[in-house]
Amino acid sequence: MSQPKLTIEDLQVSVEGKKILKGLSLEIKGGEVHAIMGPNGTGKSTLASTLMGHPKYKVESGSVTLNGENVLEMATDERARKGIFLAMQYPSEISGVTNADFLRSAINARRGEGNEISLIKFVREMEKKMSFLEMKESFAQRYVNEGFSGGEKKRNEILQMMMLKPQIAILDEIDSGLDIDALKVVAKGVNEMKGPEMGVLVITHYQRLLNYIKPDYVHIMMQGRIVRSGGPELAEKLEAEGYDWIKEELGIEDETVSQRS
Amino acid sequence: MSVTINTNFDENLVTHLSNVKKEPEWMLDIRLKALEVYKQLPIPRFEKTRIDKWNIDQFEFFIDEGDEGNQVDIPEDIRSMIDVNTENRSVIIQRNSALVHHYLPKSLGDQGVIFTTLDNALQEYPDLVKKYFMNAVKFDENKLTALHAALWNGGVFLYVPKNVEIEFPLQSVYLAEKAGLLPHVLIIAETNSNLTFVDYRFSTDHNVSYIHNGVVEVYVGEGARVRFATVHNFNKNSYDYSYRRAIVKRNGRIEWVMGEMNFGNTISNNTSLLKDSAASADIKSIFIGTGRQKADLESKVIHEGDHTESKILSRGIMLDQATAIFNGITKMEKGAVKSNAEQAENILMLSKEARGDANPILLIDEHDVMAGHAASAGPVNQNDIYYLMSRGIPKDEAERLIIHGFLASVVSRIPIEGLQEQLEKLIERKLKR
Ligand SMILES: Nc1ncnc2c1ncn2[C@@H]1O[C@H](COP(=O)(O)OP(=O)(O)OP(=O)(O)O)[C@@H](O)[C@H]1O
Ligand SMILES: [Mg+2]
Repeated sequence: MSQPKLTIEDLQVSVEGKKILKGLSLEIKGGEVHAIMGPNGTGKSTLASTLMGHPKYKVESGSVTLNGENVLEMATDERARKGIFLAMQYPSEISGVTNADFLRSAINARRGEGNEISLIKFVREMEKKMSFLEMKESFAQRYVNEGFSGGEKKRNEILQMMMLKPQIAILDEIDSGLDIDALKVVAKGVNEMKGPEMGVLVITHYQRLLNYIKPDYVHIMMQGRIVRSGGPELAEKLEAEGYDWIKEELGIEDETVSQRS
Repeated sequence: MSVTINTNFDENLVTHLSNVKKEPEWMLDIRLKALEVYKQLPIPRFEKTRIDKWNIDQFEFFIDEGDEGNQVDIPEDIRSMIDVNTENRSVIIQRNSALVHHYLPKSLGDQGVIFTTLDNALQEYPDLVKKYFMNAVKFDENKLTALHAALWNGGVFLYVPKNVEIEFPLQSVYLAEKAGLLPHVLIIAETNSNLTFVDYRFSTDHNVSYIHNGVVEVYVGEGARVRFATVHNFNKNSYDYSYRRAIVKRNGRIEWVMGEMNFGNTISNNTSLLKDSAASADIKSIFIGTGRQKADLESKVIHEGDHTESKILSRGIMLDQATAIFNGITKMEKGAVKSNAEQAENILMLSKEARGDANPILLIDEHDVMAGHAASAGPVNQNDIYYLMSRGIPKDEAERLIIHGFLASVVSRIPIEGLQEQLEKLIERKLKR
């Protein structure tokens, strides 16, 4: 497989008539880890949901391509099959559907009819990944995210990522609600997958995660766009000093998207 | 208020039926009394379902002879259901009201278990039958139960003695070919016994307009445990009136698992009476409404004893122009102290023209209890679909998974794999059409 490339150009997105993303550009290549940081309500999850094709988010202008193909024309499931993965900030609970059945359907959807994964191979693979992520075996037969703790849900998102082997993985606050051990496990999962065949976009509020998943680029988001990009040192500066300095530099008073532009 | 009756259902018919079956005097007596009640009462009223125009009694009554041993007409899928465990196979198959197959492992007979037709039980164990017959369901409750008591025809008797635990399920299968079906099931589980009973009823002819008027009575003794699983599958021209009752003694437990898979109109009434201390009930049911089908489905638990527990879970999926009422009733009588009840009715609405009504009802006469309820009715959650799609699963497959998942908590409780598969097939058929 060649090195994947996701290109976002001047993306403008609204939800329920309200403009949220106001011209965002970013390029993520296989092997790279990009981190997006930014205060609450600045449009980070909106970017993630838009890339995944959530029906609520309306693209007003701009473009998104994956390896040159127009992503915005694809339905959510097609984007996933092309290799985009989103670990969600708030994953759904699907009652009555076991984790194993769910993952097998997902894998087979990608492999296509006539090329389904054999049950034995699937089970072996799932067991291997689950033990790598230190998940109890019983989670294979539990209903998707039902009754999972916050941390278990996040681990389950990473399990799905590892099983689906995406080209671009977007992790939206994968660290929220995790204790330090769980955080290490989740990071271990991401690092295991890292390589020229997968690009990563990490959305987080905390430098702490970036100690374990080392970013190549750090972007700061405010008012629905990227206002500053840099290397890992940018995240460290945010951790130490907060956002005030950058707001001052840029003359921003209200960093959320509700401000009129 | 008009009272309609079938004038063919008269004393002569009832007496003839009872004579042919060589029933004891007292049974004829019940039948005749019930016939009078049937004639006098109007069609029952349900709070939210009008059944005035439903057919309750316009069918030709039949009396048929048994033809045990005649293998030819057992459909293939039924065979695969009953053949799973040859050694422990415990099955009664009835066509219309007649016995066509009866297996009971010797080991059970040796332990004193009685598993036979109700007709036969009346001959061999009349006192046992007399003690329990139409005791949980009263013949004068309404016109439907009265008609049943007057004309009941076919059915099963199961008696499990004290301390006997049966590990494998006992099965009864009813194949309906003729229009009128009135089977009666009587289950008596003595102290500390344990049993699982599976009951499958289905119509074989798509053109016949069936009327099924069935009663199930389960008597759960002290510390006994009964799981009763049933699937009904009558065609779209049929009417199904089912009354199921359990009376549960101290520390006893009843579990109901019901797959209401009819294509025609359905009245399903399920009541568990928790008579004494620490008795418990668990009621799970699913319904899929299709076509112009109408249904009134009621699950009720009456808590009389202290420390009694109950759980009701009803799930429905509504398609086409179907209409259904889901009543969950928890009744806490005075004295049911420290009792605990939960109930949930959830309906998935898959058609704008369908109607589904969830009614959780709590009737509390004792202050020292816990009772909770939850009800919901709505379409498939769009975020759930999005979540599955975000993993590459196409939209229709995502919907299918969610819908099947919605029913899974009930389907997975069906104790026989063969019947579970049967139920899944029916679900597929109802969802796709
Ligand atoms: N589905 C939606 N419906 C209505 N408003 C929305 C929706 N999604 C996002 N918004 C609004 O868009 C803005 C940006 O939200 P978004 O979730 O993208 O922020 P975020 O940067 O991810 O914040 P956080 O750090 O708190 O997760 C907020 O004002 C939010 O209320
Ligand atoms: Mg967010």
